[in-house]
Amino acid sequence: MSHQNDPLIIAGQSYNSRLLIGTGKYKDLEETRIAIEASGAEIVTVAVRRTNIGQNPDEPNLLDIITPDKYTILPNTAGCFNAEDAVRTCKLARELMNGHDLVKLEVLGDQKTLYPNVVDTIKAADKLVQDGFKVMVYTSDDPIVAQELESLGCVAIMPLGSMIGSGLGILNPHNINVIMEDAKVPVLVDAGVGTASEAAVAMEMGCDAVLMNSAIAGARNPVLMASAMRKAIEAGREAFLAGRMPRKRYASASSPMDGTIIG
Amino acid sequence: MQIQVNGEMLQVQDEITLTGLISQLELGDKRIAIELNLEIIPRSEHAETVLKEADRVEIVHAIGGG
Repeated sequence: MSHQNDPLIIAGQSYNSRLLIGTGKYKDLEETRIAIEASGAEIVTVAVRRTNIGQNPDEPNLLDIITPDKYTILPNTAGCFNAEDAVRTCKLARELMNGHDLVKLEVLGDQKTLYPNVVDTIKAADKLVQDGFKVMVYTSDDPIVAQELESLGCVAIMPLGSMIGSGLGILNPHNINVIMEDAKVPVLVDAGVGTASEAAVAMEMGCDAVLMNSAIAGARNPVLMASAMRKAIEAGREAFLAGRMPRKRYASASSPMDGTIIG
Repeated sequence: MQIQVNGEMLQVQDEITLTGLISQLELGDKRIAIELNLEIIPRSEHAETVLKEADRVEIVHAIGGG
């Protein structure tokens, strides 16, 4: 199949899957594990948080279930509302991952929208790239901001389809198209996809990959949705590579008109 | 002496090392990362890093997130 010879390349690393998934909001670690397996994802995001002191010393650790030898772990800076906190979080993540320096940078504007604070995102991206991080950056669908982030050295640009956790799909496909036209690094839709058809739409548009969490974890059956997303991403990618037929204003018969028994 | 760990005050013995603190908190075999007064302290330096009064320590781990 064509997608097997069509790797996603991020920061020089090749991946077969174009679906990246988050590990938040699942019922438990077992559901997380099975859903990730069903999705076929190779890159999996995690959050970095304070360890609970004195509570549940035997609590299983996410990284014992989602192991770095099997998956590329992508620590995020979710919950950071300024550049300084995001940079600190990335440095802690790099230490946590034994020097692995691929991170998902997201600096948020406010709780209500979780919309990117692009001013601090740009500041943090600059600092992180200079410090040797490979930065995959969550941003708004503003093409000028995307260009700026790429010129700073980010390894992937990840505009939102719509607000994090909203499941509203890709609200401004035109902007995503403009971002892709100019970008020389992979463009991923990050956030907003709600169901399989929307993931397929992103891929048919020519996005390099899709990153999602809520669409899978928030489904009635997360494992089945993970499997649906895997197929949608593959179908969308193949449709993009195949090239859709031109749209026409009127019908065009599929069966030949010659040799009919009429007349 | 008193130090601050993850935002909470904690009583520890004088001149405790980071390794000692990790052991006191029963985090010995956990995959964690430590920041001391806003500087990352690599795992290889935990044993020789001696804490002092009012130090601020952050201990983090990975959890589910998108």
